[in-house]
Amino acid sequence: MATDTPRQTLTTPVRATGSVVGPWRAMALRMEVLWSWYRRYWRANLYSSGLQPLLFLGAMGLGLGSQVKDGSFLGGITYLQYIAPSLLVSGIVATAVNEAGHPVLSGFKWKQDYVAVVATPITPQQLYGAQLLWIVLRLSISAVIYGLAAALFGAWTGPGVLLALPLAVFTGAACAAPVMAFAAVTRGEGHAFVALNRFVVLPMTLFAGTFFPVDRLPGPCLPLVWISPIWHGNELVRAVTLGGLSPLPALGHALFLVAMLVTGMLAGRRSFYRRLVI
Amino acid sequence: MSRTEAGFDDTAVVSARGLKKRFDSFEAVRGIDFEVARGEAFGLLGPNGAGKSSTMRMIACTSPRTGGTLRVLGMDPQTHGPAIRARIGTVPQTDNLDMELTVRQNLQTYGRYFGLSRAHVRDKAVELMEFARLSDRADDEVQPLSGGMKRRLAIARGLVNDPEVLLLDEPTTGLDPQARHLLWERLFRLKQSGVTLILTTHYMDEAEQLCDRLVVMDGGLIVAEGSPAGLIEQYSTREVLELRFHPGTQTRYVSAVEDLAERVEVLPDRLLLYTKNADATAARVSERDVRPLSSLVRRSTLEDVFLRLTGRTLVD
Repeated sequence: MATDTPRQTLTTPVRATGSVVGPWRAMALRMEVLWSWYRRYWRANLYSSGLQPLLFLGAMGLGLGSQVKDGSFLGGITYLQYIAPSLLVSGIVATAVNEAGHPVLSGFKWKQDYVAVVATPITPQQLYGAQLLWIVLRLSISAVIYGLAAALFGAWTGPGVLLALPLAVFTGAACAAPVMAFAAVTRGEGHAFVALNRFVVLPMTLFAGTFFPVDRLPGPCLPLVWISPIWHGNELVRAVTLGGLSPLPALGHALFLVAMLVTGMLAGRRSFYRRLVI
Repeated sequence: MSRTEAGFDDTAVVSARGLKKRFDSFEAVRGIDFEVARGEAFGLLGPNGAGKSSTMRMIACTSPRTGGTLRVLGMDPQTHGPAIRARIGTVPQTDNLDMELTVRQNLQTYGRYFGLSRAHVRDKAVELMEFARLSDRADDEVQPLSGGMKRRLAIARGLVNDPEVLLLDEPTTGLDPQARHLLWERLFRLKQSGVTLILTTHYMDEAEQLCDRLVVMDGGLIVAEGSPAGLIEQYSTREVLELRFHPGTQTRYVSAVEDLAERVEVLPDRLLLYTKNADATAARVSERDVRPLSSLVRRSTLEDVFLRLTGRTLVD
């Protein structure tokens, strides 16, 4: 075989150099690794998560909006200003669901990097937490890009947008948490995520107050609207940008999303553990 | 428990008593006892489905046992999983390297999970790439590397925390002979440097090459334990005479040669005659007018031990 390298043997292992780090540091380390991956592939990612909502804003807000008369629900603002907050929410939720779906299943099944990670001192629960935080970070980047670009269109009516961005990210996190849990129990080839997008996320985007107020919908549809996280997110984000929401309903919307986030996290931690420790 | 000056347990690195693993209705490991000493190369030999990988996963703290006791580096995997994993290295059966990162990045990022500093993993990656003979591919992505290179990288990755124990699940399955030999040479070097090796394999030559001591597993149980040479001595004869016939016709000759060997095994296309001196036996076989298609004289291997113990061959 090849000639011997100068260094013949490795350090004699009296004691291994590895150590157990605390849960927050563990999650930070995992995110650092995801970041080194992202640095190589950020361009493609940025397009899908940042640019796409902007195309929507341009087409719907400016194009379609030019045909929308100042009717009852606009009340003095432009259609662009009406849909800018809700397109932020639905764009963030779409990204959240995508990031929480296929890539997570791949971590277990194809790329199997999750399997590699839990052979180290990092636990499945920490891995879950890191992945959720990573998605939150990605959503935040997307939200800021969208926020800045939409400002150039004149889509924001005031400084409320500074609250709208974190609220939209929060809505995204509330959706990502349970979808990650779902991904961890998915055994198939990931067709379930296509169905999720087609039959849940898209209808939610269309009928949860993104493009028009939900009171224009027939009464029997309303219960479906109430369980839609995008609607709760839309209401909150519109409230901070355009006003017109009293504290009690706002609290209700926030609590719904908190409940979804917490339940999703509990289910996600558990399902990550059950899939990786068998 | 005896302890070295450094204060670490010097006796068993792994000890299992009545160790069991049950998946729903299927019991993969059905109560096994074994110990692995520090610095030893220990093998789990057996066919697919023998319970080797399940045992390995329990040692690696990624699969809780369902019965018995298990201690790794003196700790219980059930309660000290992360602490144990910090001190061991794992090389999985299927390479789960990050195909989209470079060789160097794979080593550096993995090291970070063990709480190692950036400076430390930077130097360690260079050292490990040298060891794995991947220095000239340092900044290439992993995807296009050959199977042997990927496996060497997986081993290098498993060494990033200077583990006291390295677990290798079928380290050379799927590799070509040259790649296997290079890998064995690297593993042998690791052993010399004092790393405890625990490996599973269904290749008898691999077990003979690498293991100081091994257990033969079948159906979730340990059916024999010892050094490769010791097992061969205990369960087989020194030599074997293989007589090859047209498949199906071999049974006709059993009665003719039976008394020439200590034991005769009947395989689908041949007879195996276990004997001290196979050349002498071959001469006596031809005296009896038995005309095989071909005959072969060889030394006994662990394959013969396995055949004796289970009545089946290791690799189908």
